[in-house]
Amino acid sequence: MSDASTSGAPRPASGAPPLIGARGISKVYRMGDQTVRALDDVSLEIRSGEFVAIMGPSGSGKSTMMNLIGALDVPTSGVLEIDGRDIAKQSSDELADLRNRTIGFVFQQFNLLPRTDALRQVMLPLAYARPRPTNAEELARHRLEQVELGNRLDHHPRQLSGGQQQRVAIARALVNAPKLLLADEPTGALDSRTSEEIMRLFCRLNDEGITVVLVTHEMDVAAYAKRRIMFRDGKIIEDIAQPGVPLAAHPRAAE
Amino acid sequence: MNPLESFKIALLALRTNLLRSILTTLGIIIGVGSVIVMVAVGAGARSEVDRQIAALGSQTLNVIPGSSRVMGRSGGSGTTLPISEGDLKAIRDKIPGVVAISGLLGGSAQVVRGNTNWTTSINGVHDEFFTVREWQVLDGREFTKDEMRSGARLAVIGQTVALKLFGDGASPLGQTIRIKNVPFTVIGVLGPKGQSSFGSDQDDVIMLPITAARGRIVGRSQVVNDSIGRIQVKFDDDVNLAEAQEAIEQLMRQRRRIQPGAEDDFFVRNFAEFMRARTAALSTMTWLLAATSAISLIVGGIGIMNIMLVSVTERTREIGLRMAVGGRRRDILMQFLVEAVTLCLLGGLIGVMLGGIVAFIVATSAQWPILISKEAILVAMAAAAATGIFFGFFPARRAAYLNPIDALRSE
Repeated sequence: MSDASTSGAPRPASGAPPLIGARGISKVYRMGDQTVRALDDVSLEIRSGEFVAIMGPSGSGKSTMMNLIGALDVPTSGVLEIDGRDIAKQSSDELADLRNRTIGFVFQQFNLLPRTDALRQVMLPLAYARPRPTNAEELARHRLEQVELGNRLDHHPRQLSGGQQQRVAIARALVNAPKLLLADEPTGALDSRTSEEIMRLFCRLNDEGITVVLVTHEMDVAAYAKRRIMFRDGKIIEDIAQPGVPLAAHPRAAE
Repeated sequence: MNPLESFKIALLALRTNLLRSILTTLGIIIGVGSVIVMVAVGAGARSEVDRQIAALGSQTLNVIPGSSRVMGRSGGSGTTLPISEGDLKAIRDKIPGVVAISGLLGGSAQVVRGNTNWTTSINGVHDEFFTVREWQVLDGREFTKDEMRSGARLAVIGQTVALKLFGDGASPLGQTIRIKNVPFTVIGVLGPKGQSSFGSDQDDVIMLPITAARGRIVGRSQVVNDSIGRIQVKFDDDVNLAEAQEAIEQLMRQRRRIQPGAEDDFFVRNFAEFMRARTAALSTMTWLLAATSAISLIVGGIGIMNIMLVSVTERTREIGLRMAVGGRRRDILMQFLVEAVTLCLLGGLIGVMLGGIVAFIVATSAQWPILISKEAILVAMAAAAATGIFFGFFPARRAAYLNPIDALRSE
């Protein structure tokens, strides 16, 4: 988070390389005889400190884009750089390390491990960190406190509400101090009240300097972001700056 | 991710499906168990055979009267010319490398001491008998050559006889016992030999000078004056027993005037050789057990592979998550490999315990020493671990090469 001091500014005019830099990337899947062009010559830059919502109907390519940004997949053609690294040139191990260090994932279904307490859930990414931090437990506790779950360290997923589970997942995503928080429909499995709570947490984290990329198909969730990118048929059809709703001023935050 | 952490995760995963885990390891349990039984039984039997060979005396040959054949019909043992003092003397004089030689004229009789009596086996032997059989007199002394020649009424008794006749704690030495109403003075008590390979008590015995025993005590009507029953010879360690055996056979044929081509009416036997043949039969059994354990381990290994494949499928999402948060392929591979090995080692542990119990029961009922060695346990556990690595590798590799995107999306 060191280079995220420019928080709040959607597109800082610095000359530093973007956190995500995509130049003419395409992703083609082959299904039997057919080829599906999930992404078609897309170019995109996301800079440190941004809060971006990626939107689009299903099949628009937004999920494919998210997999690429998350270094879970590589483009068929074009160049995609994450944190200055051309991911097509990374080995499987280097991609794993990149995900470990640079990206924190948040999923719709939380993806917590069963029968594992919150503290250990959050420590999971540290188990794969190189070098291993010696204070893993302390780091994990700190992140759980950050998402206001300092009193739930020993709780298993079953003992936690949906919102709490998602906050554990967010703490897990944050534990290795990544530059990018990548959330895939993070409120999809939550009721509207809890969704709001989670979205406010994302806003706060973004204010603290972390880059947030959110994939959603819900307009009111996307409204929290400061920039909105709309996909359709594998192409970006809209890329606009949003005012970015100040926390206190958000209509539902005042309820 | 370090191995200890992988091990903890593995234990957690196995505990989650405890019954399934135990059932899965059944093959490993049986495999490892039979390794333990195999080694314990094999070693126990071998040490027992060694003990028996030692009890028979090593480097010894026995010359036994055979049966005469009249018109192709066997007349039974002892129906031929008896083995005599002359035969003994000839062997001592003409066969090189004889260390000690003795006759053994056996029978059985009731022995009386005061108001106690005991029926036991009575043997007339030469003074060198104790050297031939490497059988020490524990208490007292052996009889001398002169005492043997003069037919002194002296007795050296076995442990069991001492216990039966002198169980009241009195020292047997110097005491008088009566055998067929003839008084003998006990001058020695033999060290214990235990059971023979045929289950008889070798300590239930009395040794008398052969001259004192012959006729009166262990004689049958047909026993001629200088019959000595059978001969036991002990040779120098550097004597080739097969050659010595041949030399004795030749000498005996000559002395008994057996025509070339005619059948021998005596045998020269090497009992140690006979025992070794029995050991060979035992090792066949050991190989059978080894085959059983190998097959069990293979079948068990396939069970492990099967359950690990199920586990990988069930936990695809978890694998996807681990990859997303930075787990390398190697980390995933190691995790599942450690899990398979842990499963096998747990099975191995149970197998060692069950095998130990079976080996204990077998050894106890066969009255062998119980030999469950550290090495056997180590070998068995290593075999279990190797099974885990071999059969766990394929499922672990499948987990490691999952596509993280598909894995994360799986239900």
